[in-house]
Amino acid sequence: MSDVQAPKAVDAPLTFLDDRLGSSTFLKRNMKKAFPDHWSFMLGEIALFSFVILLLTGTFLTLWFKPSMLEVVYDGSYTKLNGVKMSEAYSSTLHITFDVRGGLLMRQIHHWAAILFMAAIMAHMLRVFFTGAYRKPRELNWLIGIGLFTLGMLEGLFGYSLPDDLLSGTGLRILQGVAQSIPVVGTYLYLFLFGGEFPGESIIPRLFTIHVLLIPGIMLALIVAHLMIMWHQKHTQMPTKGRTNQNVVGYPFYPLYMAKQGAYFLYIFGVLALLATFAQINPIWLFGPYDPSAISAGSQPDFYMGALEGALRLMPNWETNVLGHTLSWNVMIPALVPLGIIFTGAALFPFIERWATGDQRSHHINDRPRNAPVRTATGVAVVTFYGLLWLAGGNDVIAERFHVSLFATTWFFRFAVLLGPFLAFMITKRICLGLQRSDAATMAHGYESGVIKMMPSGEFIEVHLEAPEEQAAVILSKEEGKSLPAARDDNGIPAPGSRNPLGHLRLRLNRFWNVDSIPIEAGHGNGHGNGHGDGEHAAVEDGERATAIGSGSGTGDRS
Amino acid sequence: MKRFTAWRRRPWAGYAVVLVALATTGVVYAGFSPKADTAEASNSAAAAQDMANGKQLFNQNCSSCHGLNAQGTKDEKGRQIAPSLIGVGAASVDFQVSTGRMPAMNPGAQMPRKKPVEVFRNPKNVADVAAYVQSLGGGPTIPAPEQVDPEKGDVALGGKLFRTNCAQCHNFAGSGGALTGGKYAPPLDESTPTQIYEAMLTGPYAMPLFNDTTLTPEAKRAIIAYVVQTREEPNPGGNGLGRIGPVAEGIAGWTVGMGLLVLAAMWITARKPKKQHD
Repeated sequence: MSDVQAPKAVDAPLTFLDDRLGSSTFLKRNMKKAFPDHWSFMLGEIALFSFVILLLTGTFLTLWFKPSMLEVVYDGSYTKLNGVKMSEAYSSTLHITFDVRGGLLMRQIHHWAAILFMAAIMAHMLRVFFTGAYRKPRELNWLIGIGLFTLGMLEGLFGYSLPDDLLSGTGLRILQGVAQSIPVVGTYLYLFLFGGEFPGESIIPRLFTIHVLLIPGIMLALIVAHLMIMWHQKHTQMPTKGRTNQNVVGYPFYPLYMAKQGAYFLYIFGVLALLATFAQINPIWLFGPYDPSAISAGSQPDFYMGALEGALRLMPNWETNVLGHTLSWNVMIPALVPLGIIFTGAALFPFIERWATGDQRSHHINDRPRNAPVRTATGVAVVTFYGLLWLAGGNDVIAERFHVSLFATTWFFRFAVLLGPFLAFMITKRICLGLQRSDAATMAHGYESGVIKMMPSGEFIEVHLEAPEEQAAVILSKEEGKSLPAARDDNGIPAPGSRNPLGHLRLRLNRFWNVDSIPIEAGHGNGHGNGHGDGEHAAVEDGERATAIGSGSGTGDRS
Repeated sequence: MKRFTAWRRRPWAGYAVVLVALATTGVVYAGFSPKADTAEASNSAAAAQDMANGKQLFNQNCSSCHGLNAQGTKDEKGRQIAPSLIGVGAASVDFQVSTGRMPAMNPGAQMPRKKPVEVFRNPKNVADVAAYVQSLGGGPTIPAPEQVDPEKGDVALGGKLFRTNCAQCHNFAGSGGALTGGKYAPPLDESTPTQIYEAMLTGPYAMPLFNDTTLTPEAKRAIIAYVVQTREEPNPGGNGLGRIGPVAEGIAGWTVGMGLLVLAAMWITARKPKKQHD
C-alpha cells in the first residue's frame, strides 16, 4: 500500500496469497474504512473482547473439569472438605481451584469475563436503543443482538450450574420448577431435560455439552454476522458538524482503529486479570457441594438473571387447579412474563416505531435521546421496570444491610414494579422536552456566557453569545416527526389508512409520538432576545420550517 | 473572592459541591442520630456472696422488665413486654448478657449484638447472674470449655450440618441474612464458641432450638469447628466481597469492571484538541 518496495521475503508470500485469494483488492477497499469515534461505541467491543477471553479461559478449564455426577469422596488440598461425598464435577472444580497451577485465576477470569460480557451487552443495547441506532437499515442487527443477549443469559446460567455447588444446584432447582410450571408439557420438558428425578445424573454432562459446544458455536456465528452486517452497513455516528446521513466521519480502521482496538483488548484483559486477582468470585469451596436439602441465605443468581429472581420473589403464591392439574401461576408468570414483555417489546420496537412514525428513511446519524421523547421515555420506563425487578432479586441483602423489614421490601417492590415505569415515563418525557426547550432557547437567543453587563440605564443583563458552529450542528440534528394524514379530512372523509381499528391505532400512536415536540430553528442568536416579539416571529417561521421539512423528507426517501 | 469565582467555574466544581453537601449531611446525621444501643446500668458490683451478687445484679439490671421474681411482665393490654426467665437456664443468660444483647435499651423485634454494659464486662458478674437465674427453675447450663473446643470438632461433618441447618439464615459462610418481620440472622464473625453453643441450645429470638437430641453435643462441636475455621480461613481468590454471594459480585462487576473499561473507552476516543485547527 505504499510506494516503497517491500523486501522479497515479505513480498513473495503476499503475492502468493494475493494471486490465489485476491486479498489485496479486498484489503485495499476495507482497511481504510472510516469508523466514527465515541466512547459509547466501545461498549460492544467490551462484549466482543470479553467473549474472546471467555473462549480462551473456558478452554483452559475444560482441560481439568469433569462433567460427571459420579459420587466421589474428596481428598485434596482443601482439607475442610476432606471425606465429604460430592459429585465429580464439584471435586474437579475444587481440583482446578486448589491444585491446578493458575486454576483459580483462570476460573475467576472466566467468571468475571462473563459478568463483564453481559454487562457490556446490556450497556451496548441501551446505547443502541436510546440513540435510535436500531432504525432502518439496522433492524436485523438489533434482532441478532437480542438473540445474543438471550443466549448469553442461558450460557451464563448453564456455566453457573456446572460446578454442582450449593448455589448452582439451587439455580437448577429453579430451572426445574420453571420447566414444570409450563402447562401440559412442563413435566415432560423437565424429565426430558434432566433425564429422571431431580437432580439425576444426566443434567451436568448435558449442560456441559451445551455450554461448551452448542451455545458458544451459535453465539460465535451470530457475532460474526453481527460484525459483518455492521461492517457492511457502516457504523452510525453521533450528530455533529460535517456529519451527514451520506458520509462517515472518523478515523481509518487501519492503522488507527486496529491499534486502538489491540490496546483496548489488552486493557480489557488487564482489567479482568486485576479483578480476578483482587476480587474473589464464586467461592464454590465455601458454598459446599450441592445437597437438595440444604440452602444458603443470599442465594442469588449472577446479576443478569437477577430480574428473573426478583420477579419470582415478588409474585404472590397463586395456583389454580383445573381438572386435577395444577397451574402454577406463581412460577410461570414471573419466569415468562416480565422478560417476555421486555424481549418481545425490544424486538418489535423498531418495526412498531417505523409503522407509527411512517418513517421509511435510512438513518446513519444517531438521534439524541432528547429528540425522541417517547422512545427515550419508553426506554427509561423499561429500565425502571427491569431495574426494580433486579433490585427485588436482592431484597434479602437490601433488608439485611439497610436494616429494613424483608416483607416491607417485598411489598414496596410489588407496587414499585407496577407504578414505577409509568412515573419514569412521564418524568423522562418532561426532562426530554425541557432539554429540547433549552436547545431551542440556545438557538434563538444564544447561550448564557456568564458575563454580566451593566447597561447605561443601570439595567444588568447577561450577555448571550451565539452558539458555536459545532454545538449548533448538534442541536439542529433534530428531525421533526412526520404526521400521518389526519383521520378525517376537511370534508369528513376518512383517510384511506385509518378505516380499520389498526389504522386508528396507528394514527393514535403517531400522534402520541409527535404531539410534544419543541420546534428548533437555526436562529438569530444575537444576544438581544426580546421574548414577546420573538415568540410570534418564531411561530411564523415554524410553519415555514415544517413545510421545508416535509419536502426534505421527500428527498430523503430516495434510499 | 476572585479566586472563589474562578474555582466556581471549574468543570469539577459541581461535583465538589455535591460531594461536600453529601459529606456534611452525613456528618450532621451522625451527630443527631441516637447513639448506639447502650443501656445504663448502675455500677455497684460489690464483692458479696456469688448468689447474693447475682440476685443483686438481676434486681438492678434485669428486673425492670423481667420482674422482681423473673416472672416476666405484660403491658395493660396483656401483651408480653419481657418473658419469664424461670427455667431458661444459665446458658440463655450467659448468651444474652455476654453478647451485650441484654440488658436491652429499646425493646424491638430483635436485640442487636453490642458491647456489654460496664458491669457485665466482668465475666464473674455474668456467671453470678446466670447462676442466680439457673437457681430459679433450672434449664440448660453453660457448656464446658471442652464441649465447645473447635480443635476437637469434625469440620467436614460440621460443614454438612451447617449447610443443612444453619446456612439458610446465616448464609453459607456465616455472614448473616435477613428474616421476616424485621428480624435477622446475625453474622457469626464475633460469636465465641461458647456463645454459638448456647445459641443452638437455647434458640434466641427467631432461631430454632437445637436440643441435644436434634443435634448431639458432638454435632454442635462440629458446627462450631466449621464456623470458626471458615471465618478464619483467608480468601484465596482476593477480597471476599463480604462473602455474601453474587449480589456483591454484580455490584463490583458493574462499578469497578465497567467503570474502568468505560473510563478507558472515553480516553481512547477523546477528541484531540490539536486536530480541530486543521
